[in-house]
Amino acid sequence: MIFVITAMTVLFIAAVVLMLLRRQLQEKYAVLWIVVGVAMLVLEVSPPLLGWLASVAGVQVPSNLLFFLGITLLLGVSLHLSWELSRAEDEIRRVAEEVTLLRAEMERITPDVAPTDADDV
Amino acid sequence: MTASTDQRTLVIVPAWNEQANIASTVREIRSATPDFDVVVIDDGSTDHTAREARDAGATVLQLPFNLGVGGAMRTGFRYAERHDYDRAIQVDADGQHDPADILRVLDGLEEADISIGARFAERGEYTVRGPRRWAMVLLAFVLSRIARTKLTDVTSGFRAANRRAIRQYVAYYPAEYLGDTIDSLVAAVHNGLTVTQVPVEMRQRRHGKPSQRPIGAMVYLFRSVFALVFAVMRQPVAPREETL
Repeated sequence: MIFVITAMTVLFIAAVVLMLLRRQLQEKYAVLWIVVGVAMLVLEVSPPLLGWLASVAGVQVPSNLLFFLGITLLLGVSLHLSWELSRAEDEIRRVAEEVTLLRAEMERITPDVAPTDADDV
Repeated sequence: MTASTDQRTLVIVPAWNEQANIASTVREIRSATPDFDVVVIDDGSTDHTAREARDAGATVLQLPFNLGVGGAMRTGFRYAERHDYDRAIQVDADGQHDPADILRVLDGLEEADISIGARFAERGEYTVRGPRRWAMVLLAFVLSRIARTKLTDVTSGFRAANRRAIRQYVAYYPAEYLGDTIDSLVAAVHNGLTVTQVPVEMRQRRHGKPSQRPIGAMVYLFRSVFALVFAVMRQPVAPREETL
């Protein structure tokens, strides 16, 4: 079982690296996922480590520590994504406004640019 | 109707799928105020709003997709700033705002930077009940305190801006629900702009459903409070330093 999970983790890291190489993922996001992947890998390679961490943190059942960390991380990541999305929406809005003004200028200065929803000919 | 007529004035009409109303609204505005330029911001309509507005004689700015009233209005204010207008006034496309009141609302700019054409201000017979009414009363009360003047209808879209207010709106005019009316106003006041209100009558929409659904009234109240609390607590965004 642990072998399957470890294989999945390796695949996960490989996928992140591949997306990085293909420029489909920005480095600022990739770093976090690589760190997470490596951390998982470390825990999987030496299972007693989790038990030791749990006892240090005062968590009785080691898997609960894992769940806690996982949920906390996912919560943080989704919040961060909402933040990024809000920023992106603001920027898109700003660009849309600018495009609109420029298009109006183009329609005014050259007859080559016909407005959309023009009269039927 | 004093010296105000020699100022360049832009009438901004945000419109989203208003092909049934937009032509008559534009014609009414142009006959009521022939000296003013009319710009219709087509907010990503899927019907023939743009064509109708153009044929009625307005300049049409077409947004590539729907941004909401806030996005449409900020585009309009940007247009006003770049084309060096002295004043801009928002008039809704659905015919609720009587173009005959445009000059009256603009006259409010003699004493303040922002002039709001308000319902309930002694004129007209516009009635609202229930949670929506409470929301409006609450908003009016809080914003009156902030703006240090009596305001009764702060969500009215019938509002005029002078140069200073146009610059402020270009810097900060949220697209979010209620942000376009409440948050933008609070930010303007926090940046030292003054507000006044002028009583106007609201008319019935000619075509289409009015946006007031009784079911949504409670939600409206909640969102008003939410928008208001954050508007008041935020750091105001000031316009850029004058570089001209």
